[in-house]
Amino acid sequence: MAILITESTRVIVQGMSGRIGSFHAADMIKHGTNVVGGVTPGKGGETVLDRPLFNTVREAVEQVGAEASLIFVPPPFAADAIMEAADAGIKTAVCVTDGIPSQDMMRVKRFLRRYPETRKMRLIGPNCAGIISPGKGFMGIMPPHIYMPGRIGIVGRSGTLGYEAAAQMKALGIGVSTSVGIGGDPINGSSFRDILELFEADPETDAVMMIGEIGGPQEAEAAAYARDQMRKPVVAYIAGLSAPKGRKMGHAGAIVSAFGESAQEKVEILAAAGITVAPNPSAMGETMARVLAHRKAA
Amino acid sequence: MDIHEYQAKEILARFGVPVPRGGLAYSPEQAGYRARELGGNAWVVKAQIHSGGRGAAGGVKLCKTPDEVHAFAATLFGKQLVTKQTDANGKGVYRVWVEGASDIAQELYLGFVLDRKSERIMIVASAHGGMEIEDLADNDPTSLRRMTIDPAVGLSEFQARELAFQLGLKGGQIAQMVTTLRACYRAYRDLDAVMVEINPLVITRSGDLVALDAKMSFDTNALFRQPQIAELRDRSQEDPRESTAGDHGLSYVGLEGDIGCIINGAGLAMATMDMIKLAGGEPANFLDIGGGASPERVVRAFRTVLADGNVSVILVNIFAGINRCDWVAQGVVQAYKEVGLTIPVVVRLAGTNVEEGKAIIDNSGLPLISADSLAEAAAAAVAARPRQAA
Repeated sequence: MAILITESTRVIVQGMSGRIGSFHAADMIKHGTNVVGGVTPGKGGETVLDRPLFNTVREAVEQVGAEASLIFVPPPFAADAIMEAADAGIKTAVCVTDGIPSQDMMRVKRFLRRYPETRKMRLIGPNCAGIISPGKGFMGIMPPHIYMPGRIGIVGRSGTLGYEAAAQMKALGIGVSTSVGIGGDPINGSSFRDILELFEADPETDAVMMIGEIGGPQEAEAAAYARDQMRKPVVAYIAGLSAPKGRKMGHAGAIVSAFGESAQEKVEILAAAGITVAPNPSAMGETMARVLAHRKAA
Repeated sequence: MDIHEYQAKEILARFGVPVPRGGLAYSPEQAGYRARELGGNAWVVKAQIHSGGRGAAGGVKLCKTPDEVHAFAATLFGKQLVTKQTDANGKGVYRVWVEGASDIAQELYLGFVLDRKSERIMIVASAHGGMEIEDLADNDPTSLRRMTIDPAVGLSEFQARELAFQLGLKGGQIAQMVTTLRACYRAYRDLDAVMVEINPLVITRSGDLVALDAKMSFDTNALFRQPQIAELRDRSQEDPRESTAGDHGLSYVGLEGDIGCIINGAGLAMATMDMIKLAGGEPANFLDIGGGASPERVVRAFRTVLADGNVSVILVNIFAGINRCDWVAQGVVQAYKEVGLTIPVVVRLAGTNVEEGKAIIDNSGLPLISADSLAEAAAAAVAARPRQAA
């Protein structure tokens, strides 16, 4: 079953007629993703990659039953595109766009809350690599061949560090149910905790690899959730041990500005919650292998 | 993006925050002239740099005569002011702000920040201002008042009033505080700020509120719609390596170590730096080459890293998704030849087109050190450093 995306999920791409949008849409189709159309305002009626383009997300929902949307829209217009998807009834949106103003995201988050739980859109990202259920489909910019299908969930802020984890696990014969990039921005659609909840409820996921970094309160929230409400084991790594305080490390959200936001503090918080923390980024795979072996033996 | 105190005061005054009268000077003569122009019998002279802690670093002085203003300003211009917030090089003083001295009865703290937990703008205030917020949080945490603002409604008057009462303000100060809070909020919201700080916000002996200092920082992602803010960028206050790298689409942060890093992705970059540290080395920088990097951008990354004289070895770590290992490898080879590299380079490639990339590295005939894993790459980089005199 995996989470968020399977082979049957009807996916559209907002911004599919653009260079980047069409490139990644083609790759998604090639790897089995059920891409049913695209949205580019003003290009409705045209086709891209043999799929119909629509002027609005609502038309795509009505005419091809779109359920999920991958958003490749430039930063000035991305918040609007996300809200359009939510209003049209899309269930899951993944926004790859890097550079959305933080007040736009504040508005987006407030906007998403206006819908009742039953028809509330789940947003992944922005500034993320996307989501992939290996062998089933993906929405994003990741290289799908590095993932082996399996039963471990991955959730991380960083795209490339998530690839690193997937590759390390693959080398040890450990596959992935779904990998979710929640993005590097200070305000994002889904938190670590949100994704842990989905993995906990997914019968095809046995354990979760959580890859955090400096800045923000989300790893601590996730730790409390894992301690109190999860039965599945969580293995974690926190990037940024050598990051100086007050300096932004690439991601808009990767900055230590408050107590509990440094890598050292987060590692302590996670360990105190019973989460196994990989001692270094090269040991993410072997730490997961150890936890799985231990669980099997128990 | 940070701006200077005087610019923040001008902006906040436009929104209705009371600020002292003052004038900007680009020379000691001009500073003395500003003092005469302002009148009065006491002036505060403040070095304008993008850093807090200026007072303790000798960048602020209360002067009693225009000549004293002139003399003190003369000591500031051209100086690299080192505060506890700057690095060892400090920041250059090229502008000085002169303002009429205020009679201070009480100092308050007032800050507006982006609260990542509530995902809203948060006001942080204290009746005990003057010291840095970190020190306030450490030494006097119970004095801190926090309040978040609903973006759909904005800062309500009752909220502002409540905060004013919590801070122990009285009489006419309540209305002044409400005006100040709402002004700061509007400035924050309308101009896409990420931080507004008034520290101290003082109550004068005559009972009025005045913003004695002001700091504003802006969301660089929103500068496209804030051209008048974008114009306030002052490159003299930036690390030239970082601003030049930024001009070329590279995200770079200079650090103290000697292992130069060229990596794709912020998370992988941080993880690689961690790995270097765990292997016994120190990273010289954070550098993310971004997605879809051309060989040219890789060459640019080499030049950026090499501009730091401390760098004695370079570690390239690429896990290609939308990047291509063959392009990166071409860039490495090109950089080696163009830049005339003499220091060791460790290259670790993985992901898209990795075989092609490795072949380019292996067949280049250059003394490049190949590594297969992150751990191997970090260990190789640490081992490749020239022996340091003990």
